[in-house]
Amino acid sequence: MDTLDIARWQFGITTVYHFLFVPITIGMSVLVAGLQTAWVRTGKEHYLRATKFWGKLFLINFAMGVVTGIVQEFQFGMNWSDYSRFVGDIFGAPLAIEGLLAFFLESTFLGLWIFGWDRLPKKVHLATIWAAAIGTLLSAYFILAANSWMQHPVGYTMNAETGRAELTSIWRLLTNSTTLVTFPHTITACFLTGGAVLMAVSAWHLKRHNQADVFRPSLKLGAWVVLIAGVGVLITGDQQARIMTEQQPMKMAAAEALYENSQPASFSIFTIGSLDGQEELYSVRIPSLLSFLATGTFDGEVEGIDNLQAEYEQKYGPGEYAPSIPVTYWSFRLMMGFGILTMAVALVALWAMRRGRTPTSRWLWLAVILSFGGPLAANSFGWIFTEMGRQPWTVFGLFRTSESVSPSVSTGEAATSLITLTLLYGVLAVVEAGLFVKYARAGAPEIPPPSGSDDADRPLAFAY
Amino acid sequence: MELTTVWFALIAILWAGYFLLEGFDFGVGVLLPVLGRDNRERRLMINTIGPVWDGNEVWVIVAGGATFAAFPEWYATLFSGFYLPLLLILVALIVRGVAFEYRGKRDDDRWRRRWDLCIIVGSLVPAVLWGVAFGNIVRGVRLDADHEYVGGFFDLLNPYALVGGLTTLALFTLHGAVFLALKTDGEMRERAGKLAARLIVPVIVIAAAFLLWTALAHHDVAGWILMGAAAVSLVAAVPAIRARREGWAFLATAATLVLAVFALFVTLFPNVMPSSIADANSLTVTNASASPYTLKVMTWVAVACTPIVLLYQSWTYWVFRKRLSVDRIPASGGHA
Repeated sequence: MDTLDIARWQFGITTVYHFLFVPITIGMSVLVAGLQTAWVRTGKEHYLRATKFWGKLFLINFAMGVVTGIVQEFQFGMNWSDYSRFVGDIFGAPLAIEGLLAFFLESTFLGLWIFGWDRLPKKVHLATIWAAAIGTLLSAYFILAANSWMQHPVGYTMNAETGRAELTSIWRLLTNSTTLVTFPHTITACFLTGGAVLMAVSAWHLKRHNQADVFRPSLKLGAWVVLIAGVGVLITGDQQARIMTEQQPMKMAAAEALYENSQPASFSIFTIGSLDGQEELYSVRIPSLLSFLATGTFDGEVEGIDNLQAEYEQKYGPGEYAPSIPVTYWSFRLMMGFGILTMAVALVALWAMRRGRTPTSRWLWLAVILSFGGPLAANSFGWIFTEMGRQPWTVFGLFRTSESVSPSVSTGEAATSLITLTLLYGVLAVVEAGLFVKYARAGAPEIPPPSGSDDADRPLAFAY
Repeated sequence: MELTTVWFALIAILWAGYFLLEGFDFGVGVLLPVLGRDNRERRLMINTIGPVWDGNEVWVIVAGGATFAAFPEWYATLFSGFYLPLLLILVALIVRGVAFEYRGKRDDDRWRRRWDLCIIVGSLVPAVLWGVAFGNIVRGVRLDADHEYVGGFFDLLNPYALVGGLTTLALFTLHGAVFLALKTDGEMRERAGKLAARLIVPVIVIAAAFLLWTALAHHDVAGWILMGAAAVSLVAAVPAIRARREGWAFLATAATLVLAVFALFVTLFPNVMPSSIADANSLTVTNASASPYTLKVMTWVAVACTPIVLLYQSWTYWVFRKRLSVDRIPASGGHA
């Protein structure tokens, strides 16, 4: 392995890991804010207990999202300095705006929310969690705008003298068609993830007939969120696929392992055998579906890998322009499969709980409890598909991954970083999961009766 | 004023804000084993920075992002060049951030002792390494004609940079002790005040050595004036600390840090990263900068956002302005 391979592995590992926590943070911050709003408006205690319970799980997860996020910002410079030089003029702007506009907002107001329970008036305190939740959404927008520029560069010009890309329109960068479909797709996936966490943890308690007053409504809320957000994920994913076919046809061809131009093109649910275009042993196919996904019509033409390879060789010179086909083919299917599976579980759970019923099937309980893993897997495969499918480019059509790595970083240094961060992340995953399970099992806290006094010397309502 | 100068100044302000704010919470972390005799006292200390440490840390993230946007060449050279120190800082910030949040989440002494260690080391390492990094930036490092760092890890550990690291550690520790005296009541306030009084003279000696070394190596009048001002405000902390005027003492150490950062940046200007190999290889505000358009956009964003950020961060400090004492720490931790 050379520095490039190591840097790619580190980016993959740290990004997928970071993105385990991010969707839970985004999804749950809004759900917790919603529950707290319900408490402030109705005064019903079970909403407060739910807010505190889910709030704690949210915070255990948030801490990991924050600390792993710092690595993301630093590693562009550390491992990918030539990339940073090439795109800094464009890519740095949304990153800096993300910090100024979003990170300050979420971290400051979350601090206020955590410690402010007895310091702030009820409504002001409620506003702090909403401010933090808005911060997480803003953060997502700007980082996705940055990523979308790598998928589909707009609003730039190439400086012939320096050989670097320069920004010409921040507006076009922020309203990139790729961003406009990627943002809703990602955000709905985040809500699906948050909903699945609510659904799974609530099911664990309900199965044991534990605190049904808190967990029955939480389970139903979670399942509805999964379903509604899931429909949003499907609709936005469909739009995204069409935009992707226009902008990165190779990625769509790779997603299907489609080698020859086809009209209409069928979609294979799965394939047994090789995906190298030589022979497949067996595949289950839905006719015309790929045409529909890619073009919006059932008889649209979808370009194949070999045709695109020839076209790109003409355009960009000799080289390998197809990404790793097994990775793109399977990650595309696993992304959709895990997402749809989670929605199916939510649907069955809601049906089994209709009109006050409680499910009795052990298998159903098990499926609901395990369902939080579905969106985590789907999110990870989604990013693996998006990023691996763009290869060999870091910026599509402009800049290659092989040109992006830091020339001054030795293989030993890069390996030290990869090993250190991977080991550290592994240990933290165990610690985080342990705490999450501990607090998930503990159930919703009882609310102590208000002390009534406004004594400034009483203990803090919250302390580390 | 040129926009490149504006952004150089803005990045200096971000670092000054970072040193001023995260400086004291690094200090509190470093002092955890010194001033926190039992779990309750350590919790008291951690809770003085509990609501604010994360917001403080964002200053460095924004400083990094602003450098990326406004001076991409500087960002690329600095982050790839100072690879291993930055990796150490990352590991430190990761374990430290998680430690604050997780320490109180299990009622187990071994668990807490481990996280305490993470907080201590996680505060100590960046407190030293940020100083080492700035020492090297001001001193100049081995940059080739492509602005790539061609020195090794041990080149970064030269005596001047190490004195820089010792200086940030000393200043942050003092700043943290003064902050604890300001934010607590009872025995902790007393002990932190006493410690600050004992620390101030050695801190002055270390900081003076670094400032003098810097002043002698760079003949920059504006830099000298700012270094003088930083020295004056540090000396002004002496009577305030001895008289237990905690507010004034905190103001003095805060001003010292801000002025010292400004002094380093002014000394550096118009370079952002001088090359010790050849002047022609140096990165300057001009050859490291983004395009005028990006700088213009970012200026508007900064003008629009920064006042609001300052307003709500100040409000946080106002909300949590009360002094804490051991008896206000609830029996068990981590309950939201």
